[in-house]
Amino acid sequence: MNPGIGLANLRVWWHKLVAPLDGPLMLVAGLLLLVAIGIMASASPERINAQLINVAVALVVMRILAQIPPQRLMHLAVPIYVAGVLLLIAVALFGDVSKGARRWLNLGFMRAQPSELMKIAMPLLLAWFFQQREAMPRLRDYAVAAILLLLPVALIARQPDLGTAILVLAAGFYVIFFAGLSWKIMIGMAVAAVAAAPLAWNLLHDYQRNRIITLFDPEKDPLGKGFHIIQSTIAIGSGGIFGKGWKSGTQAQLEFIPERHTDFIFAVYSEEFGLFGNLVLLALYALLIGRGLMIAANAATLFSRLLAGAVTMIFFTYAFVNMGMVAGILPVVGVPLPLVSYGGTALVTLFLGIGILMSIHGNRMLVQK
Amino acid sequence: MEFKNPQEELERFRSRIAVAGGFVLFCFMLLFARFLWLQVVQHNYYQTRAEDNRISLVPIVPNRGLIVDRNGAVLARNYSAYTLEITPSRAGDLERTIDGLAAIIEIEAKDRRRFKKLMDESKSFETLPIRTRLSDEEVAKFIAHRYRFPGVEIKARLFRQYPGGTFASHILGYIGRITDRDLEKIEAREEEANYRGTDHFGKTGLELRYEFDLHGVSGHEQVEVDAGGRAVRTLAHTPPIAGNQLTLTIDAELQRIAEHAFGDRKGSLVAIEPASGGILAMVSVPNYDPNMFVDGIDTQNWRELNESPDKPMVNRALNGAYPPGSTFKPFMALAALELGKRRPEQAISDPGFFNFGGHHFRDDKKGGHGMVDMYKSIVHSCDTYYYMLANDMGIDNISSFMGRLGLGSRTGIDIDGESEGVLPSQEWKKKRFRKPEQQKWYAGETISIGIGQGYNAYTPIQLAQATAIVANNGVMFRPHLVKYVTDTRTGDKRLIEPEPLRDLRLKPEHVEVIKNAMVGVNKEGTGARAFAGAGYVSAGKTGTAQVFSYKGAEHKTETMVAHLRDHALFIAYAPADKPTIALAVLVENGGFGAQAAAPIARQVLDYYLLGKKPKAPALPDEAAVERDDE
Repeated sequence: MNPGIGLANLRVWWHKLVAPLDGPLMLVAGLLLLVAIGIMASASPERINAQLINVAVALVVMRILAQIPPQRLMHLAVPIYVAGVLLLIAVALFGDVSKGARRWLNLGFMRAQPSELMKIAMPLLLAWFFQQREAMPRLRDYAVAAILLLLPVALIARQPDLGTAILVLAAGFYVIFFAGLSWKIMIGMAVAAVAAAPLAWNLLHDYQRNRIITLFDPEKDPLGKGFHIIQSTIAIGSGGIFGKGWKSGTQAQLEFIPERHTDFIFAVYSEEFGLFGNLVLLALYALLIGRGLMIAANAATLFSRLLAGAVTMIFFTYAFVNMGMVAGILPVVGVPLPLVSYGGTALVTLFLGIGILMSIHGNRMLVQK
Repeated sequence: MEFKNPQEELERFRSRIAVAGGFVLFCFMLLFARFLWLQVVQHNYYQTRAEDNRISLVPIVPNRGLIVDRNGAVLARNYSAYTLEITPSRAGDLERTIDGLAAIIEIEAKDRRRFKKLMDESKSFETLPIRTRLSDEEVAKFIAHRYRFPGVEIKARLFRQYPGGTFASHILGYIGRITDRDLEKIEAREEEANYRGTDHFGKTGLELRYEFDLHGVSGHEQVEVDAGGRAVRTLAHTPPIAGNQLTLTIDAELQRIAEHAFGDRKGSLVAIEPASGGILAMVSVPNYDPNMFVDGIDTQNWRELNESPDKPMVNRALNGAYPPGSTFKPFMALAALELGKRRPEQAISDPGFFNFGGHHFRDDKKGGHGMVDMYKSIVHSCDTYYYMLANDMGIDNISSFMGRLGLGSRTGIDIDGESEGVLPSQEWKKKRFRKPEQQKWYAGETISIGIGQGYNAYTPIQLAQATAIVANNGVMFRPHLVKYVTDTRTGDKRLIEPEPLRDLRLKPEHVEVIKNAMVGVNKEGTGARAFAGAGYVSAGKTGTAQVFSYKGAEHKTETMVAHLRDHALFIAYAPADKPTIALAVLVENGGFGAQAAAPIARQVLDYYLLGKKPKAPALPDEAAVERDDE
């Protein structure tokens, strides 16, 4: 046999490789990765190679997920969730402390951050949960779903990791929302949340409160807590309509922007590419989310729909929370700019989500052809 | 019961998807609105903020002006050297930082003490030197370990250097780090902007008086800085303008010879050019090394200097007030002539004492000088003549005439902190004492004033100036140290004009009598031995002043410690016919003026008039004592 060196063989092999992938999603994700590499070259060129490796790993994960049918994912929902919650409990008991937060679990051969896993495990479980109650879910079902959601969220928030807690909470909430939770209840809960705000304030950690205070008046503490927000808004504002040009942002190049390759990379981008660049980035995210929602709308099963919808909205949450905080309209919580910020964990999680979307899209027909 | 309706369920789900899509769009619009606000509406504001972040104005300290003597010899200059500096507020645990540094670079206990003193005097955000004058090797060593020491850096600084060491230290003064008091002076002159990068300020002497001439104009550099404040590149550069140069009236060689002439004795010498008031030499020994102050002096050295019984920090020429002793006699005689109290030829009979109210004021020469006229009274320094004269004149006459000669008031020399001395009068005593019985002037007190004892106390510069007035036939100039100030930029010289303060309008024939007698002193009188064989004609007067303290407001001669010897004094000018130099010498506890002070004057005049350099200090001339009958 000719072991795959012929052009024809290569083509077959390539077709097999890309068959489960979704073209539009791939295109938009690819463009975002290009933006990421471009801006990384400006913000932190020495990290490009490391990030390229992260991208490669994430793409492999995506490709694997794209081939797993949603039905199989559904079977995994409960074990993954249970494992995730157990790991979170383990973290709370034996986790490593880093920068004042207990987030990491030392597994001997590697350090794992179980909260990251919950970002996908959460919608997976809830989608499974509602799939089990295929009929119109009852109020009691929503209550159970809420408990399933709040347990890991509480564990994560206690670490404390407000950013991840918000993302997991949002991911779970999107499933419940798409499952058809009545508007009356949502409005009622919103009103209750506002009423409970003062109580919640007392439960927040000092650093979390400071973040909120700083958000409203960053100039109060220009060298301390407000420094990040002040410098990032200066970067964005001074970028103007067309930006200062690639690698020419003074705020970024002179290191006035803290964490400029991770959570605040958007400030670098916005300074160098201006309002015009922001518009392009917003458009790319809108396309990605639009494609995801379209996949959700056309998905075959309730499980697929809910999962696709929630995963898509996770992208939105990442993008909105990150840009909102860098632009100074949301508190500073540790949320990266999806697909653009440096770092492997978030990238893998996000491409895992894209892989799931692709799988759902590939299995949109009830009966396989 | 509910039943499953897939179509309805799908529709419901899709409407929820639409709602989510709408929410996404709404949120993105919100972001876009925020971007519009920041990047279009507020763009100019943030643009400015970014520029402010980026651009920093770094002052460039100008080179401090040089100080040179009248012949251009450099007395104060600058050199550039590396220093290791710590910003205490950024360095964390200071002790540990310094210990860590000491492991790499030699840091002596002295350096630590000095650093501590600097810290007490400055603000914690200022950078302070822990070590100065690093070698290139030490610089390289530190750079390799720099990452371990936040808040520690190497700086290239200009240092003030006084190449002569202790030489002329009381004239030059020194500079030190700016204190709050210096800041007040800077603010008073609205020079804050110009001093933004400067950390030194003149503390004493010419360095203080001419601070604003010497400082120069700061330049500045517009640099782009990163968030850590490190300069990334230079955008614009305005060079500093070096400080103005001071050219002194001092003759460095003369000053050196004069300082040398004292050997290890304490004292002062002031030599003035009579026709201009320019100071040729001004000695106060012992002196100190002003270089010690430049980097910040450490506590131990500071204490040693301040607590030394020799008082090296006191400028005796301006701040030491001494009774003039017999050097007062020519001025007394001049006063007598001017006031018509004596005629030159009028002679008295000296029995060896003057009796006043049953008290004998003794002459130094047992049995007296016999018949004494004015010439002889000066040449042989006859006390009885002046006891009687003082008694005839009265304290207020003496006081007002001596006041015209500048005794008892500041000469106005261009160094700060000059003392007034004491010119006693009835008025003075009233102010000086609080108890009514002490406020009254007793006629007996006038008598010892006549021979330059009693309450009388003048600074060496006042004596030198009074001598110069006589040499200059009554015209008085303001003594000054700086001849001219050279503007470094234009090269223009600003002359410190000889400033005639006043003409005393002395009768020429009166001055002639005194001058003649002073020439006689060095020819055949008490100064003759010291001036034997001089290649010029000089005029002088010896003096010996009893040491006593004023503090108790009483004469303390009885309680005076016996081993405290008298102060030796000598005043002189030369050449006698056309004086180019007038001087006063004081040797503390030197004994007799003729023995201790006159030989110093001789060395100085020999050099100034003949260019003769002495090989050894002017040791006291033991043989002179026998002839001396002051």
